[in-house]
Amino acid sequence: MLLEVRGLTKHFRLNGDIYSKIAGEKTQLLKAVDGIDFHIRKGETLGLVGESGCGKSTTARLVTRLIEPTAGEVRLKDEDLLAFSSKRMKETRKDIQLVFQDPYSSLNPRKTIMHILSRPMEIHGLARTWAERREKVLDLLQRVGLSAEHIDRYPHEFSGGQRQRIAIARALSVDPELVIGDEPVSALDVSIQAQILNLFRDLQEEFGLTYLFIAHDLSVIRHISDRVAVMYVGKIVETGPAAALFENPLHPYTKALLAAVPEADPGKAPPKLTLKGEVSTPIDPPPGCRLCGRCPRETAICAQIEPPLVDVGGDRQVACHNL
Amino acid sequence: MAETVLELDDLTVRFRLRRGDLTAVDGVSFSIARGETFGLVGESGSGKSVTARAIMRLIPDPPGEIQRGRILFEGNNVLERSDAEMRALRGRHIAMVFQEPMSALNPVFTVCEQISDALRTNLGVTKKEARERVIELLALVGIPSPQQRVDSYVHEFSGGMRQRVMLAMALSCNPGFLIADEPTTALDVTIQATILELITSMINRLGMSLLFITHNLGVVAHSCDTIGVMYASHMVERGKTRDIFANPQHPYTVGLLNSIPRLDTQSKYLTPIQGSVCSMMDPPAGCKFHPRCTHAMDICRQKSPEFREVAPGHFAACHLHNRG
Ligand SMILES: Nc1ncnc2c1ncn2[C@@H]1O[C@H](COP(=O)(O)OP(=O)(O)OP(=O)(O)O)[C@@H](O)[C@H]1O
Ligand SMILES: Nc1ncnc2c1ncn2[C@@H]1O[C@H](COP(=O)(O)OP(=O)(O)OP(=O)(O)O)[C@@H](O)[C@H]1O
Ligand code: SF4
Ligand SMILES: [Mg+2]
Ligand SMILES: [Mg+2]
Repeated sequence: MLLEVRGLTKHFRLNGDIYSKIAGEKTQLLKAVDGIDFHIRKGETLGLVGESGCGKSTTARLVTRLIEPTAGEVRLKDEDLLAFSSKRMKETRKDIQLVFQDPYSSLNPRKTIMHILSRPMEIHGLARTWAERREKVLDLLQRVGLSAEHIDRYPHEFSGGQRQRIAIARALSVDPELVIGDEPVSALDVSIQAQILNLFRDLQEEFGLTYLFIAHDLSVIRHISDRVAVMYVGKIVETGPAAALFENPLHPYTKALLAAVPEADPGKAPPKLTLKGEVSTPIDPPPGCRLCGRCPRETAICAQIEPPLVDVGGDRQVACHNL
Repeated sequence: MAETVLELDDLTVRFRLRRGDLTAVDGVSFSIARGETFGLVGESGSGKSVTARAIMRLIPDPPGEIQRGRILFEGNNVLERSDAEMRALRGRHIAMVFQEPMSALNPVFTVCEQISDALRTNLGVTKKEARERVIELLALVGIPSPQQRVDSYVHEFSGGMRQRVMLAMALSCNPGFLIADEPTTALDVTIQATILELITSMINRLGMSLLFITHNLGVVAHSCDTIGVMYASHMVERGKTRDIFANPQHPYTVGLLNSIPRLDTQSKYLTPIQGSVCSMMDPPAGCKFHPRCTHAMDICRQKSPEFREVAPGHFAACHLHNRG
């Protein structure tokens, strides 16, 4: 087991500032990630999907310890990652690389691409001489569909998709074991996207890389993932092998998600919105299932008791009272 | 035929970089009618966002420069407007959703402050009215508990929520023309569908026109009337959505459609277009796609193909269509 997450929780305080306190406003809790469990085996790809704002990026930042959890455990190769000293954590950063959702903010605007891509190698002592590093940078650029003409440019001199590829190259530059991609191919045309997904596949075959892959494009998720976890407002509502989950989704939210995919064929039916009502809120959510009020299968119990994530066979788990 | 709202004629944009010149957009022409949705798709780095920024007159100069061409908005050349006239046009008449929200949102202002700023300058509403309107807009774009989130800073929002803040800002003044550069990349498909419905309702209600830049060919298939395909700073194909999907005429478009991963099957490897992307500083002679094209002929290496009508309303720039 490469990564194991248990009861992972992150609550943010709203109105926690001094002005609100003076005004006597009650502090509210935004439950961004609310007790999730998942694991990823070595050499495996877990796809993470879910509603915008459901806690995917927060999960990625917790697992890389960019933020500390409110509760829960993160185990890397059976060790408690949260107990790592800052020195140990610094060394471990090389092994867990995060491709940020927003490349615009994650690349230093004052550094050239050569600097951005070679600095991590230098820090971790991966390529000793400048010439070695330059060669490695050129190779990385070419693999992500860029070239030598880009090496001395600054981040603002690129298109959105080119910046995204620089962020991918940076993550791969230090030979990581686990790559967490937060929407890593969302700004790419489908041909370059195919090239990058094939690259991820090659690296997995060759070096046994493990991926946590966050994406909204469900065909990309289906293509790249061995297993998939579906989140809804801070909770995992369904997990299972990719093929089974896509062919026979069990949770009403997963079903709604698959029904809303627009197919790349103007002759096909347009996507359907099967969830009614307003989006569910993570701020002091009411008890019961988070899909309450929107779910086509809702019954009386749903608003009272939160459905636990239970095994349903075939390596699948679902959290729903009315399967 | 509805009236033309935007017309680009031979737009050419160049960046002067330390290492030499980079032509980001080369001779691009198209027009958009009232109520029409024009989808701009194509290779990453091919000049889509630069085209959009040129329409808004937001190309940084230096190093950027509009070398040739005209951009007619409601009959007047945008390139000849004064800066003051441009400020009056932006936001109120032409609004834009930028590809990277953080490049356009200000981290030190709250969501309410940013959106109401646009409302107050463009529509002259009071502070209180603006706040009410912002809450309404946040609800429209699917932000849960908008009352509680309106005073948040953008760093407290998720990627997709930031994108929706940008969209709410762009739609706040009911613009007649919207440029949306990748407005749904950070949205799950159900919220994406909600947003597309919202945009469609504005097209129907206000006759809004839309320049829609996206890599999501599923979205294009269901939202756009017309499509333009770009490769290496050129527009290589343009036509009605149905025609482009059913009968793509340029080898790049064909390759692009073949690269789409499928939802109903799982394959180990995908099939990207072979070869590597073309250099923008030192592009190949002739057709820019020839080093990667399986149909390339001698003439392709020598001469740029003309953009010509290959079927009624369907244009392509490829020598395969020039024979005879
Ligand atoms: N620093 C913060 N302070 C307060 N709230 C936060 C903070 N960071 C994230 N949140 C909230 O936590 C929730 C989850 O955010 P997160 O970025 O994890 O969502 P996501 O699943 O990645 O969404 P998207 O698909 O839109 O990127 C959101 O409601 C967001 O507003
Ligand atoms: N400010 C700039 N300075 C120099 N070059 C630039 C600048 N902005 C863009 N470019 C270059 O112009 C070309 C076109 O960029 P543009 O942003 O229009 O691409 P795009 O089609 O929007 O791509 P993507 O799909 O990746 O967003 C790219 O090769 C890019 O590197
Ligand atoms: S002009 Fe020639 S090289 Fe270019 S796309 Fe057509 S056949 Fe291919
Ligand atoms: Mg996110
Ligand atoms: Mg762009």
